[in-house]
Amino acid sequence: MDITELTVHELKEKLDKCEITSEEITKSYLKRIDEKESDINAFVTRLDEDAINKAKEIDSEKKANKKLGEYAGIPIGIKDNMCTKGIKTTCSSKMLENFISPYDGTVVNKLLNEENMINLGKLNMDEFAMGSSTENSYFKKTRNPWDIERVPGGSSGGSAAAVAANMVPWALGSDTGGSIRQPASLCGVVGLKPTYGLVSRYGLVAFASSLDQIGPITKDVRDSAILLSLIAGKDEKDTTSVDIPKKDYTLSLKNDVKGLKIGVPKEFFGDGINKEVKDVLYKAIEKYRELGAIVEETSLNIAEYALAAYYIIACAEASSNLGRFDGIRYGYRTKNYETLKDIFVNSRSEGFGAEVKRRIILGTYVLSSGYYDAYYKKAQQVRTLVKNEFAKNLKKYDILLTPTSPITAFKLGEKSENPLEMYLSDICTVSVNVAGLPRNFNSLRIR
Amino acid sequence: MSRDDYEVVIGLEVHAELSTKTKIFCSCKTEFGGEPNTHCCPVCMAMPGALPVLNEKVLEYAVKAGLAMNCTISRDSKNDRKNYFYPDLPKSYQISQFDKPLCEHGYVEIVKPDGEKKKIGITRIHIEEDAGKLNHDDYGRGSLVDLNRAGVPLIEIVSEPDMRSVEEADIYLKKVKSILEYIEVSDCKMQEGSLRADVNISVRKKGQKEFGTRTEMKNMNSFKSISRALEYEIERQIDVIENGGIIEQETLRWDEVSGKTFSMRDKEDAHDYRYFPEPDLVPIRLSEEYIENIRKNLPELPETRKQRYLSEYKLTEKEANTLTASKYLSDFFEKGVKISNNPKAVCNWLLSDVARILNEKEFEPEDIPFTPEDLAELIGLIDKGTISSKIAKDVLEEMFESSKSPSKIIEEKGWIQISDESAIKEIVLKIISENPQSVSDFKNGKDRALGFLVGQAMKETKGKANPQMLNTMFKELM
Repeated sequence: MDITELTVHELKEKLDKCEITSEEITKSYLKRIDEKESDINAFVTRLDEDAINKAKEIDSEKKANKKLGEYAGIPIGIKDNMCTKGIKTTCSSKMLENFISPYDGTVVNKLLNEENMINLGKLNMDEFAMGSSTENSYFKKTRNPWDIERVPGGSSGGSAAAVAANMVPWALGSDTGGSIRQPASLCGVVGLKPTYGLVSRYGLVAFASSLDQIGPITKDVRDSAILLSLIAGKDEKDTTSVDIPKKDYTLSLKNDVKGLKIGVPKEFFGDGINKEVKDVLYKAIEKYRELGAIVEETSLNIAEYALAAYYIIACAEASSNLGRFDGIRYGYRTKNYETLKDIFVNSRSEGFGAEVKRRIILGTYVLSSGYYDAYYKKAQQVRTLVKNEFAKNLKKYDILLTPTSPITAFKLGEKSENPLEMYLSDICTVSVNVAGLPRNFNSLRIR
Repeated sequence: MSRDDYEVVIGLEVHAELSTKTKIFCSCKTEFGGEPNTHCCPVCMAMPGALPVLNEKVLEYAVKAGLAMNCTISRDSKNDRKNYFYPDLPKSYQISQFDKPLCEHGYVEIVKPDGEKKKIGITRIHIEEDAGKLNHDDYGRGSLVDLNRAGVPLIEIVSEPDMRSVEEADIYLKKVKSILEYIEVSDCKMQEGSLRADVNISVRKKGQKEFGTRTEMKNMNSFKSISRALEYEIERQIDVIENGGIIEQETLRWDEVSGKTFSMRDKEDAHDYRYFPEPDLVPIRLSEEYIENIRKNLPELPETRKQRYLSEYKLTEKEANTLTASKYLSDFFEKGVKISNNPKAVCNWLLSDVARILNEKEFEPEDIPFTPEDLAELIGLIDKGTISSKIAKDVLEEMFESSKSPSKIIEEKGWIQISDESAIKEIVLKIISENPQSVSDFKNGKDRALGFLVGQAMKETKGKANPQMLNTMFKELM
């Protein structure tokens, strides 16, 4: 039996039955990482020694009947934009190459300190979560485990690739415009972007505050439901988190779709969508029908506008959120300065990569006086329309079925010279972030 | 044309630090001072991933201020980000309020020295966070950032350009300070920077309808320098116009030492703050009930207290005005009255001798080193004839120097009034025998001679003899 091929719920069963120890699990994963990392490049920071030590500690605490979390001793990988106390949090940026957070974010705290999971390391991503291929990392380009010539998607490419390559049993990603779902799709794993406000953002380095959500990347749907149950919940430190009763999402898993009303928005099956992708979806639709679901075509006539609104809002918020990386308190500071302005300008020019700078400039532009009304304000109005359009559809249907990415995994370097084309590849995912709020709405993608 | 041909137009933006225990978006202490960067956490240091949570006390205090300044309170308000780069601004944006301030359309009534009343419009009051502080190295080796103040809550009170003289601006600012003290939302300690003002000023020819171009002086933190700066700037602007120049819209820096204003930046490189709604905070919704509850529990305001002084203590309009202008002074007054039951005397002491000494020492009422109990005791000692009112003035001076009670001072200094009949008689007889000429003058009907004799007796006793007893005794014995 190869331990690393098991899902988390399978691992947990074995742990509970004392058929296996946390140390054994951890060692198996570390061995697997050793084998695969040179091909995959999923990790920014590896924590081998800490992981083994903690696993041993948990095993002995378990023996001593100490009260531990339900998933104590299960390893996890964490996207490198979530703050981990005492461990580097780089956002895959030169700007934060040596940044060590003085605190644990809420979700990290829940999983590592309360649940006693084992952190195998921090996972690669597009710099500051900006990108769809993980090629924008300052450190390394993560590769798709199915074909290492191809990208794993992004920005949570390290998380998706690590799960797909069995280097971690599950991982945390973050999704601002598809950054969990698209890499999960490209790597063939399960990714879920929770409803905005369901999971605390405290400790998630902000890209676009009104869109960002942390979510699970897992091997199967049950693990996704488990991890979501563990991370969801109101947090006093994040006023945008929503106060709803704690829920065990695994209870909603039933092996039956009979009577489930599925809406298929026709706009998501247009010209831009690759035939291969469409064929898979049509097959899935047939399968659902066979199993007794009611599948109907519907209209969600806002996808294009949502994409435009998304890039305006996300860049605007990012331009402000990334202002704190100014070379003063932490992070990269230029060596080349005489005046205060030099510190600001040169630190940011040297510390940020091209894509991050592009979005900061875009965001600064759309917020500038004279342009605010035409761009930012208009985008917010579009946002309301998108939300209403979703609400209307979700009154009729239990779920909406759309592709996640218009294309399958592309080759490294294939799109990185054309940012606009890269932006367009987000068309299927962003409208959900823009709509943001509908409670208990999720965009679970099953591959 | 002369200065008299011009009208001055002044508007103030007052920043007051709120006296909440914790900061506006985290639970760090707001306390002034402390080792640099010790009242800090990931939130107010703007660590990556940290998020703000609005302190509800800040809302309560700001609504209080709005109601006390006759504002309409917005039931639907929000926070916005004001973006700019500066080392003391850790997030590179200040969380403030842009187009939906908490309070709008209010006014503050001022009373000018001639008794004329005037309403100064309040455009808006909004909540925001303070920035940190830069400590500049004296030897030019650089600057150090202290974030203890970063995130201390502020309200910004923006007035209409309604003031027409430096005096009106000064009275308005004092009134605002007084109101904030009465409702106990700010310490208003100008020397600690908890009350500062941005001053906007322009001049125009009398009769002209349009405003002139204004200049702005930021972060002024004493009444005196605001008045001086305004005086200077009025002269400068009139000078420029009289010499055929035009006023540039610009931000000026007031230099206290040279007594001049200097250009900081002009309109051309004015900041574009790129305001947008703060996505990390939910909008602010206040219920009618919440607002009404604060209104109901609003403490007594200076105006109401003044009216009470007129009716309850029979003070004059001027006395009541001066006392109630400072909450501290007027609280001091009321405590003194409670003990001494002599409002007139407490008022007189505070407004004459105490005020004079405060003025000499450049003290604020808050700096009075003794308690209302001490003052009441002093008044009691005069009433009982233990000391003369002349000695009492010396005792008061002493009370400013040491923290001893009046009776202790009198005892230590041996200033107790001589009221013993036989002792007075002895002194009077001595003075009579030493001044036969004055005695006969008195007998010949020259009343002034009596005054001279009493004076001699006071001199003899170093002012300690009871003057009434001296008077009676002289008449009796002559």
